[in-house]
Amino acid sequence: MNSLRYEAPSSLGDAIALLAGASGTSRILAGGTDIIVQMETDLIEPDLLIDIKKIPELRRIAVENGAFTVGAAVTGMELTDHVAFCKAWPGVVDGVKLIGSMQIKGRATMGGNLCNASPAADSVPALIAAGAIARIAGPNGTRDVPVENIPIGPGKTSLDKGEIIVSFLLPSRPSHSGDAYLRMTPRTEMDIAVVGVGINITLDAGGVCTAARVSLGAVAPTPLLVAEAGAALIGSPLDAPALDKLAQAAGAACRPIDDKRGTKEYRVKVAAVLAKRTALLALERARQNT
Amino acid sequence: MSGKYHVTTTVNGDEYEYLCEPQQTLLDALRDALMLTGTKEGCATGDCGACTVMVDGTMICSCLMLAVEADGKKIETIEGMAQGEELHPLQRNFLELNGSQCGICTPGILIAARELLYRNPDPTETEVRYWLAGNLCRCTGYDKIIRSVLAAAKEMRGA
Amino acid sequence: MSTILDKSGFNPDKKLKIVGSSPVKHDGIDKVTGRAKFGADLFLPGMLIGKILRSPHPHAIIRSIDTTAAESLPGVKAVVTRADFPELPKGSVAGDMSRNAMAREKALYDGHPVAAVAAISESIAKQALKLIKVDYEALPHVIDPIDAMKPEAPILHDHIRTKGVKDAAEKKTNVVERLELKMGDVEAGFAQADVIVEHEYDTKPMHQGYIEPQGCVATCTEDGQVELWCCTQGPWVFRNRLTEILKIESSKIRVTQSELGGGFGGKTGFYAEPIAVLLARKSKRPVKIVLTRGEVFRGTGPVSGTRSRIKMGVTKDGKITAADAELVFQTGAFTGSMFFNAPQAMFTRYDLKNVKTVSYEVVSNRPKVNSFRAPCVPQVVFGVEGVVNELAQKIGMDPLDLRIKNAATEGYKTIYGETFGPIGFLETLIAAKNCDHYKSPVPKGQGRGVAAGFWFNRGGETTGTLNIATDGSVTIILGTTDVAGSRISISMMAAEELGIPVDKVRAVMADTHALGWNRITAGSRTTYSSGMVIIDSARKAITELCRRAGLIWGVPEEGVVFEDGYCRPASSNVGEFPPLSIAEIAGKTTLTLGAIAGHSEMNVTGAGPGFGVHIVDVDVDQELGRVDIKRYTVVEDAGKAIHRLQVEGQYQGGAVQGIGWALNEEYVYGEDGRLQNPSFLDYRMPVASDVPMIDTEIVEVPNPRHPYGLRGVGEVPVTPTMAAIANAIGAVIGVRPRSLPMSPPKILKLIEEARAAR
Repeated sequence: MNSLRYEAPSSLGDAIALLAGASGTSRILAGGTDIIVQMETDLIEPDLLIDIKKIPELRRIAVENGAFTVGAAVTGMELTDHVAFCKAWPGVVDGVKLIGSMQIKGRATMGGNLCNASPAADSVPALIAAGAIARIAGPNGTRDVPVENIPIGPGKTSLDKGEIIVSFLLPSRPSHSGDAYLRMTPRTEMDIAVVGVGINITLDAGGVCTAARVSLGAVAPTPLLVAEAGAALIGSPLDAPALDKLAQAAGAACRPIDDKRGTKEYRVKVAAVLAKRTALLALERARQNT
Repeated sequence: MSGKYHVTTTVNGDEYEYLCEPQQTLLDALRDALMLTGTKEGCATGDCGACTVMVDGTMICSCLMLAVEADGKKIETIEGMAQGEELHPLQRNFLELNGSQCGICTPGILIAARELLYRNPDPTETEVRYWLAGNLCRCTGYDKIIRSVLAAAKEMRGA
Repeated sequence: MSTILDKSGFNPDKKLKIVGSSPVKHDGIDKVTGRAKFGADLFLPGMLIGKILRSPHPHAIIRSIDTTAAESLPGVKAVVTRADFPELPKGSVAGDMSRNAMAREKALYDGHPVAAVAAISESIAKQALKLIKVDYEALPHVIDPIDAMKPEAPILHDHIRTKGVKDAAEKKTNVVERLELKMGDVEAGFAQADVIVEHEYDTKPMHQGYIEPQGCVATCTEDGQVELWCCTQGPWVFRNRLTEILKIESSKIRVTQSELGGGFGGKTGFYAEPIAVLLARKSKRPVKIVLTRGEVFRGTGPVSGTRSRIKMGVTKDGKITAADAELVFQTGAFTGSMFFNAPQAMFTRYDLKNVKTVSYEVVSNRPKVNSFRAPCVPQVVFGVEGVVNELAQKIGMDPLDLRIKNAATEGYKTIYGETFGPIGFLETLIAAKNCDHYKSPVPKGQGRGVAAGFWFNRGGETTGTLNIATDGSVTIILGTTDVAGSRISISMMAAEELGIPVDKVRAVMADTHALGWNRITAGSRTTYSSGMVIIDSARKAITELCRRAGLIWGVPEEGVVFEDGYCRPASSNVGEFPPLSIAEIAGKTTLTLGAIAGHSEMNVTGAGPGFGVHIVDVDVDQELGRVDIKRYTVVEDAGKAIHRLQVEGQYQGGAVQGIGWALNEEYVYGEDGRLQNPSFLDYRMPVASDVPMIDTEIVEVPNPRHPYGLRGVGEVPVTPTMAAIANAIGAVIGVRPRSLPMSPPKILKLIEEARAAR
């Protein structure tokens, strides 16, 4: 007899208690698009699955004064159907759209995408670039952590036992802001990113960049926030010299591996190329966003 | 020690009950418990779309949902697409335009295409292709599938 | 006695009513409603679930297997190991087949079955597998065929001595065979050439990628009657092979074919089926085995990877004078790659007199290969059509013009000994040259490539029956598996012969008890061969209909003719009788002379070769190496397109399979000899957004050996695809790729090398 137990608590407190009190291997079940695959291919054999989709605060999208709170178990489809969110954060939506097919988006969540902690997770670079904060609840209360500090290695997060990500807080957007996420895959869809780049910028009224965050995916054990790449854009109108510096910084930040999806050399080259293209897309959006 | 879970769910408008093991998927339940074999397993990892169904109005891969999660939900499968003797325009256009060769991917594609046309009654060829990117076909090269969907869309718009 | 094979009755002037149209296929309704039953869709009372334990080692001696714990797990009803398979000599055909189904002395690839269980649920079966203790002695492994040919390579089979090598050393080897095929004098030919091009190419193994994993249900009664329900490309072949390796009489085995969810050659051999039969026999309960996608990649029959060296020479006014090739094919853990197709087909479309080829088949620690469309041919046409292109470039000739100038025509004697009857290569080339795609300018920044392909097309042993019901409706009983819609085409031919609407004909796919031997669905033979026997059966039925009409009218048989669905008096001399319909004749017969039917079994010959020309425009993102297929046209000779939409579908499907093969599909092995990408996520087949519409032009140069002139069309469309795409990429980046797949990192590297060289 297998030892797997399935629970579907309807309150955050119950979920935390289950998670904190569990012995053996427990996993949170949001969309299941990673967990169920891992179970099917015998990579994990959990003893407890905690389905969090009945917990209201994990399923809400709320906006207050331009700042969004997105529940960690909101699905990709729900997010991409949310008109206001798409308008404010098209780059984050780019990333969410690329997590997988339409069918996958019907289930996949940003919380799951982040906590599965694949270095190539598609929604993470744009979330990092957006400056998103993860609101975490656990047996010792709640805490807020920048998204870039959640993944600590392939398949590993900084969450303590019993902790669950409740929601993502995205700050309100200054005007002339734009974000974008691009990735390189061999096919047009359905692939894991060989390189992913998320860029978020703010321009001043004169078109000069006043703030920039650049995040790279699939080129290191975790998604990276590359300070030097962001710095390369600040103070510039994102002209060719600035983009060259950006590309260089992006390439230099890569610590990629050779695997069946791409070689080290290829990833470094692609990171540089994609950084420029992503910056230009973010720029176009920033200019349209008054 | 864990036993089985009891699930009550609605499939194509009919209420069903089944017992399932916790690791079993909705796909397993539909096929093995309910004998609704129109929904197909191509990969069991969400990469081929042959198991596409609607759950509470959302299109998903049934291999990526646990059978136990279906409790209280409304599921729609290929078996519910035709209304009695009347085929859905998508089904009819697939027949007329030869959108199906071996037929194994067809149920998943029809469910996906129906949802597309529900959301977007006048899609471009590119929009159809990207919507169906999660449904693999190895026989047709997709050409006649896309043409069948576009033709059905035109017919449904009354154009 | 003259048969339909000697005299097909082909008449190019005959007005056809049904053949050439596109009626809705009769099996279509079941496909669009989900009703169609595939291998995994059968449920029987008391059915058990079977699961297979597979070797995690690419090469290992199996010292012992202990199944006691598994056997005593509650819910387990049978366990099977190599001990349950009859002993068969190593190196014999049956011995290899048995050892591929389940490892005997050694595990020879990651994924090789070593044991199996049947239990009352899948989870119990999976648990039982974990309780089986296999004692392996891991051995060094070898994956790449070139490595496998080296003297220091680990040896897979002690008994292999290279066939075709005089005085093959008494040394163990992984080289199964050296095959030399030649004609004329290549030295003299090259001496005549003004331009010679020679290159080396390599292609990686790939998989047919059928969406339906193998699924079967086996039962076995107490008196040894076996029934096997399975998806297969050859029920009779499966039955025979079960007899050979399990030593069960064929008359005690009934194989029933389910609908087939894609095969493309990969389901011409069995995998789980013998195991299911043994588990059913041991448990005396039905046993279902359905492979997971991972098992399909690791444990079925992928497609050969190759190395080749190809050399061709041409005069400055465009006459190709000689062709030379050296080819290496990997066959996986056991021989059986059909590599001989490659030297026979690779140059066969050009009017060449001087050809020399040397081909090798090599084993290595991978799953035994199986066929794909045109087995072993597209991999080498990838190189040939690149060389032909380069010859054209170097002498300043349009690539299609060079092919037109050298096109083989009727009367050409091939390297494999057959002389061509009427063929349509020239017509296909001319049609390609005149098609809209080729005439339109190449869009800015894109590159255009063309390539030509060939496939023999096969006939083979086929059996069929045509039954006329008492209401005049018709059923045709077919055996050769319908993979995509041949059923409707054959029904159309029956309807055409009988002069009745196609809706009055229904096709039934028979099991092995109900019909005589049918060869596998392969070689693009199905519509041709099953069509032939059903037409023959129809004509026999028509002869009988006339005889019955004669009896009804009281006139001799010779006085009756059959036209457009009616028996009529041959002339007014015979008498004034109103015509009798099939229904009227059939309705009168049950109480007197009995049913009217026609039956035919024959080794069908006369299949006409097929030729295709592909034109493709591509865009290349030169910073990322990504190739985008912008426009694609398939021009191919179908002889006669029985069902036009079906034929188009074959062209389009083959082209897109070739696109995947060209750009992204490959088996990736780690240093540990294990397959790294056994999933559809990392085995990258084209998705809908990866490809454009595939335009088609059906050329019809009839094959007069067939009553309607048809030629097989299923395999030609994959043969030139990768070559055409590579030629197009070369036109954009200035370097023509020579390694498959042409994935972005490889293309980027070529772009950088080309830039550095300038």
